[in-house]
Amino acid sequence: MIEGGNMAEAHPVGFRWVMKAKQRGARVIHVDPRFGRTSQLADEYVPIRAGTDVAFLGGVIRHVIETESFFREYVVHYTNASTIVGEDFRDTEDLEGVFSGFDPETGRYDPGSWAYHGREAGFSGGAQEHATQAFSEHTGAGMETDDLEHDETLEHPRCVFQILRRHFARYTPELVERVCGISCEQFFAVADALIANSGRERTSMFCYANGWTQHSDAVQMIRTAAVLQLLLGNVGRPGGGIMAMRGHASIQGSTDVPTLYDLLPGYLHMPRTREGHLTLEEYIGTGKTDRGWWSHLDAYIVSLLKAWFGDVATDENDYGFGWLPKLTGNHSHFSTTFRMLDGGVEGMFVMGQNPAVGSQHSGLQRRALAKLKWLVVRDLAEIETATFWRDSPEVRSGELRPEEIETEVFLMPVSSHIEKEGTFTNTQRLVQFRDKALKSPGDARSELWFMHHLGKRVKAHYAGSARDRDWPIVNLKWDYPEHGEEREPDVESVIKEINGYDVATGRPVSGFDELREDGSTACGCWIYSGIYKDGVNQARRRDPGDISAAGGIVSPEWAWAWPANRRILYNRASADPQGKPWSERKRYIWWDEQQGRWAGYDVPDFPADKRPDYRPAPDAQGMDAIGGTDPFIMMSDGRGWLYSPTGLLDGPLPTFYEPLESPLPNLLYPNVDGNPAAIRWRRPENPYHAAGDPRYPVVATTFRLTEHHTGGGMSRTLPWLVELQPEMFAEIDPQLAADRGIEDGGWMTIVTARAEIEARAKVTDRIRTLRVDGQTIHQIALPWHWGYNGLSRGDTTNELVALSGDPNVSIQDDKAFTCDVRAGRRRGQSTERLAGAGLGGHHVRPNEDDPAAENPQDAGT
Amino acid sequence: MDWGLGPGAASGPTLTAGARIAGLKVTESVCPYCAVGCGQLVYTRGGELVDIEGNPRSPINQGTLCPKGASSRQLVQQPGRLTKVKYRRPGGTEWEELELESAMDMIAERVIAARESGWQDTDRHGWRVDRTLGFAHLGGATLDNEENYLIKKLFTAMGAIQIENQARI
Repeated sequence: MIEGGNMAEAHPVGFRWVMKAKQRGARVIHVDPRFGRTSQLADEYVPIRAGTDVAFLGGVIRHVIETESFFREYVVHYTNASTIVGEDFRDTEDLEGVFSGFDPETGRYDPGSWAYHGREAGFSGGAQEHATQAFSEHTGAGMETDDLEHDETLEHPRCVFQILRRHFARYTPELVERVCGISCEQFFAVADALIANSGRERTSMFCYANGWTQHSDAVQMIRTAAVLQLLLGNVGRPGGGIMAMRGHASIQGSTDVPTLYDLLPGYLHMPRTREGHLTLEEYIGTGKTDRGWWSHLDAYIVSLLKAWFGDVATDENDYGFGWLPKLTGNHSHFSTTFRMLDGGVEGMFVMGQNPAVGSQHSGLQRRALAKLKWLVVRDLAEIETATFWRDSPEVRSGELRPEEIETEVFLMPVSSHIEKEGTFTNTQRLVQFRDKALKSPGDARSELWFMHHLGKRVKAHYAGSARDRDWPIVNLKWDYPEHGEEREPDVESVIKEINGYDVATGRPVSGFDELREDGSTACGCWIYSGIYKDGVNQARRRDPGDISAAGGIVSPEWAWAWPANRRILYNRASADPQGKPWSERKRYIWWDEQQGRWAGYDVPDFPADKRPDYRPAPDAQGMDAIGGTDPFIMMSDGRGWLYSPTGLLDGPLPTFYEPLESPLPNLLYPNVDGNPAAIRWRRPENPYHAAGDPRYPVVATTFRLTEHHTGGGMSRTLPWLVELQPEMFAEIDPQLAADRGIEDGGWMTIVTARAEIEARAKVTDRIRTLRVDGQTIHQIALPWHWGYNGLSRGDTTNELVALSGDPNVSIQDDKAFTCDVRAGRRRGQSTERLAGAGLGGHHVRPNEDDPAAENPQDAGT
Repeated sequence: MDWGLGPGAASGPTLTAGARIAGLKVTESVCPYCAVGCGQLVYTRGGELVDIEGNPRSPINQGTLCPKGASSRQLVQQPGRLTKVKYRRPGGTEWEELELESAMDMIAERVIAARESGWQDTDRHGWRVDRTLGFAHLGGATLDNEENYLIKKLFTAMGAIQIENQARI
């Protein structure tokens, strides 16, 4: 089931395995607003109105429950279906579209009432900060989970299963048809195919990509698939799961070893001042769980601080924890954009990214760049972000004059992927090392070189400083050996630090089991611990093994996967509660009674010697509290969560809301249009279209092409790729084209309150009109690779989109918005209509607090 | 192997021609585009790149590449490839060239100044925050894990929090 992605187009070589599966009899279903390359190769194509996936999958969940087609043994033992929820919880069915705890003034939830029964008081809600990934809530920290009440008959009215049943009761096939434009016939075809292909003998898989992630309810969209997969017993088993098809060579790695504002390496949370994260003890207290894997949090944070601050990090000074910077709110890319626009940021580094094209509301991005004092861009070529002061539409229109843009720009040449060595983490968490094939041309250098030598300069500047704020710089361990004429830092020394080592001897640890909270180990990213086991670069292993042998497809000796070289997470669930494979066809990990260990094709995701019949004592702590039949060891109750009592900022269950911009009212909950907890930056330069605004009747969605890559920085300068996909275009259906006089191959203009862009019209029934609740809804689809530089130039789709985001992760919201279209070319420069929208009306000093970060909802109102 | 062409389609000269990459130095790499992680073989002759092809031993792609991966030689050898630091001064209308070491010194000076001017000991409620809002970072999804590690480590030690990447986009 491929939904929210176009795998054949965007991940063609990965899709080869889908085609191989199809050759062997697998059925491939593609659900997408647009008929693309994946649809063409699928057995079944299901057109859907953009942004309505929760309604569709919610309908499938209802169908699975009502027909009793769920995998009962899996659901009872491995999910929280039987757990009783507290009496204070009220569902969206009770409160007309919101859950209990919603504050309409702030647009935020207090999740206290979502807790399991008897745990309401023990729940650690903490300060609810919009859009900060609340780590303590993710892990269930502070949630007492001993003696939870269960009803394994699943009949108790407050058990999770019954709550789920009632929650989705109105998501009938008829409603799905009205909301999504999917016929009942197609609905049943898909639902029954999934049911028939799930259970003991068979598994079904979901693949998604940015078609799900770039929405104002992105996390809940993906959770809907997770709930369905848990009900069908398709998690932790071969051929099952939910595959996130990520779009960049190491985008997985860049969240694991994060350059993200809210995370430290290994998904540890950045300290947040409001939670009282001022001491290490307080930080650990809000994040560590009593039960489950996160009981090791203390060992991981102490080892990280030892890796950063070395010998000066001691128990007496909290290992330097108190000097780390602390968050007070949302400091994501988008909040920072507004801060820049208001003059509150002096400088910016852009390394391998192109926000002038790739970030939503790109006209606003460029105007924000123009407010910087300095900008450092590191890239292979002159990308749009580096030349906004000369080439942007704002300069062409005369709104900005280069002579008046005060931004200093440093555009630095960089090494390509074959001119440096290092690791990428692919979409399946596989960490692969690249060898260096060539010297970099001229002054091109790696980012490793740049950061290392910048760090040396910064440390030299502050050397000897006794100021409190300089402690982390003065004491930063920054002693990477250099080699060669260019003094490139030694990448293996960085890998060793990421892996972790024994502080006394320097011996690399063999995995995170060896990490300690007493300062005797250092580790830069605990989930990558083991990548340098035995002093060997495990990511450089290149033995594929015999992939035709039983289980050989795992290729455990090809590179290294985090965690612990494990290829399928939660794989304990591939065996039944007694530890036997659910079926011989689907055997993967099983309990070997003779050896007293878990065995199989992969590294077991479970304590290797924990018997299936192990039952924890009532007062058991840490991993001892996880029973032998609890596969989901990262959760404090060891269960897969159909219902999330904690961890999400917009509800414990997925609920259908309209996209923030939609031509239609919400048929399920007439009082609520879009996700009530979504992030909206209400400012004059960021106008939204109201629901049903007759000026913007057309639904727009965006997509990627095989022949281009993201904002085009790595593809629009390559002659071969430009020859294959030479020009910006828009897909439009024949009826809408005829209504507006738009001709195939001719120009058309796409209009929003933010901007106007032009594109060549591709009039095609690949993009279909849908009958939605008795109305005809037109959709258009736009690739988003073009900008004003490169061999092929064209208008930038992101000009059209307002800044808004999912409340849980602040991801941009690019996949469903409204617009209008007309024939012909745009009349002026693309973002002219923004000029004079109050841009630059705000002024903050760099060290002023940031209301936009603390409360995006209120920003500028 | 499934070529899609029968042996009869090959001409005489084709049958006798040698591979362009025969005998060249081979280095194992990974495709820099999407996240599938296809293995690449990089063929070089005397420090010059000749071609980049799929790695047949990789269990991920078994020698295949998509149009982008197959074009990645041009990514390295593209006509506009930068080899010198370009500098645009405030109000400038043209690029100037800078020596790498001078650029590094200038950037270090600026990031230190931005750190200082954007420094906050406490927020408006009097809570300790120990941070700077003076500078920001965006990038990472096309970089190596080791590079991201140094970015996060150095900038966090400097007190910066506005450190972001493509994963948000």
